[in-house]
Amino acid sequence: MIIKQLSVFLENRTGRLTELTGILAANDINISAFSIADTADYGILRMIVGRPDAAAEILREAGFAVKITDVVGMNIPHRPGGLHKALQIISDNNVAIDYMYAFASGDGKSTVVIRAESLQQLIDLLREHKMELLQEGDVYQV
Amino acid sequence: MIWNKLYECMEREELLKLQGERVSSMVQRVYDSVPFYRKKLQEKGIEPGDITTIGDLKKLPFTTKQDLRDNYPFGLFTVPHADIVRLHASSGTTGKSTVVGYTHNDIQMWSEVVARSLTMAGVGKSDLIQVAYGYGLFTGGLGLHYGAEKVGATVIPISGGNTKKQLQLMEDFGSTVLACTPSYAAYLGEALVEEKIDRKHIKLKAGIFGAEPWTEEMRSQIEQLLGIKAYDIYGLSEIIGPGVSMECHCQKGMHIFEDHFIPEIINPESGEVLPYGELGELVFTPATKEAMPLIRYRTRDLTRLHADRCECGRTLVRMEKCVGRSDDMLIIRGVNVFPSQVESVLLEMSETKPHYLLVVDRENNLDTLEIRVEIEEQFFSDEVKELEGLRKRIKANISSILGISATIRLVEPGTIERSMGKAQRVIDNRKIK
Repeated sequence: MIIKQLSVFLENRTGRLTELTGILAANDINISAFSIADTADYGILRMIVGRPDAAAEILREAGFAVKITDVVGMNIPHRPGGLHKALQIISDNNVAIDYMYAFASGDGKSTVVIRAESLQQLIDLLREHKMELLQEGDVYQV
Repeated sequence: MIWNKLYECMEREELLKLQGERVSSMVQRVYDSVPFYRKKLQEKGIEPGDITTIGDLKKLPFTTKQDLRDNYPFGLFTVPHADIVRLHASSGTTGKSTVVGYTHNDIQMWSEVVARSLTMAGVGKSDLIQVAYGYGLFTGGLGLHYGAEKVGATVIPISGGNTKKQLQLMEDFGSTVLACTPSYAAYLGEALVEEKIDRKHIKLKAGIFGAEPWTEEMRSQIEQLLGIKAYDIYGLSEIIGPGVSMECHCQKGMHIFEDHFIPEIINPESGEVLPYGELGELVFTPATKEAMPLIRYRTRDLTRLHADRCECGRTLVRMEKCVGRSDDMLIIRGVNVFPSQVESVLLEMSETKPHYLLVVDRENNLDTLEIRVEIEEQFFSDEVKELEGLRKRIKANISSILGISATIRLVEPGTIERSMGKAQRVIDNRKIK
């Protein structure tokens, strides 16, 4: 279902990302997945973390511009054609993807994080096709 | 109401003739009594007799704030000490303060121009004017005070500060006019709301605000908070103090009392005089001042003059609100750029706050301008296309105002240095000059 993703505005500056990961580490916040959309001057760091609300608060206090965005996480088999099958379902139903990123966990599964304008439609669609959606409990730290 | 129709509505041709006569006799006076000016005129090969009409004014050298500092404290006075009845001085945040002196007639003239100013705001004999400008070496308090007495209004010389007392007297005495800095007016307005004072118990109708830059947004804020009409008054101690120019009820710029203070707009780089309507540095020649007349004093304030006739009936030129200081002016690819222009663009856009830094550099003999703008968290989108869209909008708005294109760089919030006083808005890395 819906997973909270943290988006952080980062200037292209040596060490800036390390400062951020350092803050999260010091506050015992786990990062499950992340990606960076980069431009010449800045990047947008997107990540799935163990405690999104707390992490957002801590990063804001440290002076970062932070936004919480709703995304969908989906487990797919880690083998040829696994991603293709999932994407085929999405494109066949005309759901536009704003961005996505993936990570493989090593236990034969990969996880894909997807941001779409019509997020609920995407969730309904993936459920209908019996795709394995990531649950909040799978990523959030208790 | 017009306080002095003779001078405020004088036909321009007649006024220019009067200005010529006044400048001519003033130049003779300073030549005879101020060694600094005598030397300066001699260096330029100018004899007082060469200055006969207002058209000759442009031949004369400029006077700068530095000249005032160099002649600290009394070097530019034209009269013996016995004739000086008052001294005022600027706060002098950068270097020595500048001192100005007044004769009895100077105080009379000052009261006259402030009386004209107050009349523009509809102030009359039956008004109670609360003067909340500081009294002291600063010209604000005493300047308004004497003008208000000349008008015949009742003066409440409360001076600045002591907000509770200000509000109490405003309510108990029934002040109808408030004179102070615009920032203090806004503060008083907020205090009025906080103290839950019923607006019905306040009789204020007008405010006369100046001595610091303020925006139209501030004007509407003050007008709303205090329930008054807010008027802009302009002045500087070097010329006289408040009352160099003032807005009439039409509020289409401030009328300069040109029979006393002769204005020019110059190109701050070349010193060349610019025609009406063009933006440049404001220069004043206070020709009728006895104690300390100055020749072409450079105010460093940037504005435009308009000489078309005002609906109020006055023929005096109007100056626009100053857009900045010529000290702040940058020349980038030959175009004059003021940080305040960038600020106004950012203020007008709802997605940005005016936290910015201009970085000027030169690459391959071409000036480059980068404007760093802090991203506001509430407008931070996690999609590149949205941020790029914002960047393009800033870029388009900036280039339409500045007339040159700039690179816009979005930076993290809080990374541009804040300062309480004069914020650093410009880094010029060009190794020229």
